[in-house]
Amino acid sequence: MPDAVQDAGLYAAIARRSFHRYSTYRAATLAGIFTNCVFGVIFSFAYLALWDQRHHAGGYDANDAVTYVWIGQALLMTVALWGGGTTDDLAARIRSGDVAIDLYRPVGLIGWYLAGDLGRAGYHFLFRGLGPTVLGVILFHIALPATPVAAVGFLASLVLAVVTSFGVRFLVACSAFWLLDQTGVRTMSGVVALFCSGMVLPLVIFPEPLKSILLALPWASYLQTPADIWLGHRTGLDVVAGLGLQVFWVLVLLALCHLVLGAATRKVVVQGG
Amino acid sequence: MAEVAGEVTGRLAELRRSPRQFAQIARMWVRAGLAYRTSFWTLTVANGLITVLDFVGLALMFHTVDRLGGFGLREIALLYGVSGFGIGVAHLFIGTVEDIGTHVRTGTLDTMLTRPVPLLVQVGADQFAFRQLGRVTQSLVVLGYGAGAVDWTPGRVLLAVVTAVAATGIFFSFFVGFSCLQFWTVDAGETSNAFTYGGNTMTQYPMTIFPREVLKSLTFVLPVAFVNWYPCLALLGRPDPFGMPSWFAYISPVVAVITLSLAGLAWRSGLRHYTSTGS
Repeated sequence: MPDAVQDAGLYAAIARRSFHRYSTYRAATLAGIFTNCVFGVIFSFAYLALWDQRHHAGGYDANDAVTYVWIGQALLMTVALWGGGTTDDLAARIRSGDVAIDLYRPVGLIGWYLAGDLGRAGYHFLFRGLGPTVLGVILFHIALPATPVAAVGFLASLVLAVVTSFGVRFLVACSAFWLLDQTGVRTMSGVVALFCSGMVLPLVIFPEPLKSILLALPWASYLQTPADIWLGHRTGLDVVAGLGLQVFWVLVLLALCHLVLGAATRKVVVQGG
Repeated sequence: MAEVAGEVTGRLAELRRSPRQFAQIARMWVRAGLAYRTSFWTLTVANGLITVLDFVGLALMFHTVDRLGGFGLREIALLYGVSGFGIGVAHLFIGTVEDIGTHVRTGTLDTMLTRPVPLLVQVGADQFAFRQLGRVTQSLVVLGYGAGAVDWTPGRVLLAVVTAVAATGIFFSFFVGFSCLQFWTVDAGETSNAFTYGGNTMTQYPMTIFPREVLKSLTFVLPVAFVNWYPCLALLGRPDPFGMPSWFAYISPVVAVITLSLAGLAWRSGLRHYTSTGS
């Protein structure tokens, strides 16, 4: 039991330092918020044009749609939708061979990078998330979570979103064990995530059966599920079901990460090692 | 007087050499890229997919509605194709100027400055990748689909070609001009994305979805409306919904020359401001 407490303390320390590491780049944070806001404005007008024609597309009203846009801009970096985060460091270390050092640390490799990524996500949520949300409220009067349950559910769903995205990004980084260079797989994975998460267009207005398929896949975790809880389109048991599906994908992905990492360390000669 | 003439001939000679120098550096990067074949091919496909899915997003919108801002899918495809072609070609030749901050931070800019090749040529060809052609190809396919909305005449063909070139020039100047911010704040590179990719995203939609003030600033402040909006109205034979002068359709090349000059000025003053980080 003391071991577990010690471990928790260690992971918390990793997360805290990772948070501080990202907080160093202040100009980059401001630049990013600015860019997110510009895209928020563009997509808001595009969605308003669409909902002006069809008032209840996908069960959303115009205000829901615009709120969805700004939630998306706020979560883009937090969830690392395009890729990036601590898994990029891992890929670089696989390529250079430094990963050999990570492997004989007395801390699990997955836990190490996950803790760091949660710290990163925390920073991005507080700054890259808050900036666009405030502007969305000022410019477009977006809706905030209506009930405490929606707010808490949203936060829980967001943490699961980050871990889901981490699982996918970790697998992508591990492709470097075989390919040496992860950039191709990383870009492809980002493109798929962009489309399947509802970032291009809310999944709820996709035509069937595409909509049902995408809602069941892990990428729905990234944006659609947290957004629906925020908007109050998932309430009561629906919240539980949404979170349950996210937990399912987290477990599947982390199990896959373990398998792939095991295979990689057994079969692949570390570069320069 | 003779000095000025010497300066001018020197600059002209430099300009004449630039394409060959660009090609040499680019060829090297293409070969380097091919070293990791899987990555090369996945990147090529991914680059095409980015824009494909972008357009699929637009097309999916039309699954719900049949007009957006008063425009049909084919007409929007025309807008999308022209803008996508412009930014695609511009990105192919100058895209990595976005990373100029990294060159400043890591000190590789110093290395480049010591070489007898103009800096802009080196930066443009740096990390040159043919895979970017995926983006251009996809835009041309969408453009082909959008062309069906136009009642073609020789004059309109000419206008379309001139517009495509001007669009490339305008995006080229955006890439160069806004990346110059990084000479002052090295890690604020993402700001330029708001203007380059943001400009591209805006021009994928008909300007009618935006309020009048937005259109005005996209005409007179950040002249991205000249990339495709005004010329495409003429191609489609549609009256300007905002009541702007009809000759706006034909001045995109002039706008391109102006933005290119401004970008050139920004680049020069950025370089003058540049002091090595010493690393």
